[in-house]
Amino acid sequence: MMNKIQPAPSATRIEARSATIGYDRRVIAENLSIAIPDRSFTVIVGPNACGKSTLLRALSRLLRSASGEVLLDGRSIQSYPAKEVARKLGLLPQTSLAPDGITVADLIARGRYPHQKFLQQWSREDEAAVIRAMEATKVTELSGRLVDELSGGQRQRVWVAMVLAQETPLLLLDEPTTFLDIAHQIELLELLTRLNRDEGKTIVAVLHDLNQACRYATHLVAMRDGRVMAEGLPADIVTAELVEAVFGLPCLIIEDPISHTPLVVPRGGGEVHAIQEKAS
Amino acid sequence: MTAPANTTLMFGRPFAVLRLFGERVTQRVDLRGLTVTLVLLLLALAISIYALASGEFQVPVGDVIGALFGQATPRVHMVVVEWRLPRASLALLLGAALGVSGAIFQSLTRNPLGSPDIIGFNAGSYTGALVVITLLNGSFYAIAGGALLGGLLTAILVYVLSWRNGVQGFRLIVVGIGVSAMLTSLNTWLMLRADLKVAMLASIWGSGSLNGLGLDRLLQASIVLVLVTPFVLMLARPMRQLELGDDAARAHGIDVERTRLGLMLVGVALTAIATGIAGPIAFVALAAPQIARRLAGSAGVALMPAAAMGALLLAASDVLAQRAFAPSQLPVGIVTVCLGGLYFAWLLMREARRQP
Repeated sequence: MMNKIQPAPSATRIEARSATIGYDRRVIAENLSIAIPDRSFTVIVGPNACGKSTLLRALSRLLRSASGEVLLDGRSIQSYPAKEVARKLGLLPQTSLAPDGITVADLIARGRYPHQKFLQQWSREDEAAVIRAMEATKVTELSGRLVDELSGGQRQRVWVAMVLAQETPLLLLDEPTTFLDIAHQIELLELLTRLNRDEGKTIVAVLHDLNQACRYATHLVAMRDGRVMAEGLPADIVTAELVEAVFGLPCLIIEDPISHTPLVVPRGGGEVHAIQEKAS
Repeated sequence: MTAPANTTLMFGRPFAVLRLFGERVTQRVDLRGLTVTLVLLLLALAISIYALASGEFQVPVGDVIGALFGQATPRVHMVVVEWRLPRASLALLLGAALGVSGAIFQSLTRNPLGSPDIIGFNAGSYTGALVVITLLNGSFYAIAGGALLGGLLTAILVYVLSWRNGVQGFRLIVVGIGVSAMLTSLNTWLMLRADLKVAMLASIWGSGSLNGLGLDRLLQASIVLVLVTPFVLMLARPMRQLELGDDAARAHGIDVERTRLGLMLVGVALTAIATGIAGPIAFVALAAPQIARRLAGSAGVALMPAAAMGALLLAASDVLAQRAFAPSQLPVGIVTVCLGGLYFAWLLMREARRQP
């Protein structure tokens, strides 16, 4: 395989090159190539089972590609020691388990594992990183609480804090907004935006809500059946045709009055009741 | 160089932060876990000294301590150091080994009922010992060897049968229970077709006993423990990460399958020492980590308190086994089974109270 480092303009730190990925003999995505632009907030959207989570697992070395390869900083991701990958790339999996009786700060501190050694398990950097991660996710006042006793939204913020404590330049999140109410969803997406803009972190997130994706993504990837249907700036690529092709959903695209990004309005299947204007 | 837990970072429990040798060694020490471990060890030590002092030939506690430091009459020295010390030390060491082994399996299976028994080790080692005792009429070493072989083969069988793209805790438990049930019926059959005297010998071995164990056994146990301990220390941190789920552990740079296999091997090795020397001692591995966890209030099972609790449980059980019906001696396994029963009753009561 070629192992050339890509030229600077379209700089990327993580990419898949004609990768075939799947489980056992079930292929989810074949010959998939995708480069995540450096310092972008990339959002992957697509219908259920389109391979977006699988792609995230391949990019984060959880899944080995059957053919082709995933490159991290120009080298095959498999060629790195696992802990070195974990210092460059953090992943928030769809489901994680909190050990019984663990407190918030203790759980977040476990995100420091890739930076620790047998004799060095609580350096000043470890402590500072945990404090920063808790402040960024606003869980500082929860630090001594048991994770079991938190609400779903608080718990999700704690998991995000654990990944932040890992302090990786690349951050991959698999449906991070799933268990959050709408206010907390927006709060989390704005946190990710800040991390992307102010700290220069490259963020890749799988999201379900197209409008949120359009609003916050600097790079949008639309997938279907293991293939990339379109990628680019949301305003450039999101059209009624694309949404119909990817999700099979007839819709109207208007401008989001707040962010001026595309806003997807489903047309529905004829069951929608138009509300009569009373003014007439 | 000890600084109190930072006021800006509250862990919800007291921690001491150690930063030594120009920050080349940094640790966060859980003070409650440490205290519980030390108290349990002190209790275990006190019980052991009682075990050294009491019995048919009473020795004052002062003389016992003198004998341990080589300052006693030859008679006291013989009773305390040569007769009683190996047994008391073995109770502490094997108890700690069983406690750690149980903690490892409970962490692996994410289940408080996980223990070496679950993966069929005890049933398998009993089968191995029964084959040697009833069919081959073997010596102590042959029985120990047969038990280890039986236990290991069963553990491997359960591991292989549970394998499907990796081994999952719950699948391990279900397969383990199935294989154990089959082996238990095989054990019954072996007992039934054996001669009565042989069957009685086998059944005493099968309940686990520290009776008549001497200095040579203590030496063997110590050597194996010294060899296994570094692996326990090395795997303790990856084990904690594994408790976060396989994906999170992988994302932290852990080779999940290799860590899991390593933990299983270490867990089996620790149980194997105890079984090879004393026979299958039930319930210590199961109960010690859970009792210790509740006392220490730790996140998940913690190894150090589990080791101390295991040592205390087995030392106390063995004193009961020796003295409760003196002069006749019970196998320690019978006492631990009774304690295990109490433990389950307590667990059930807790659960019942929790669900009104």
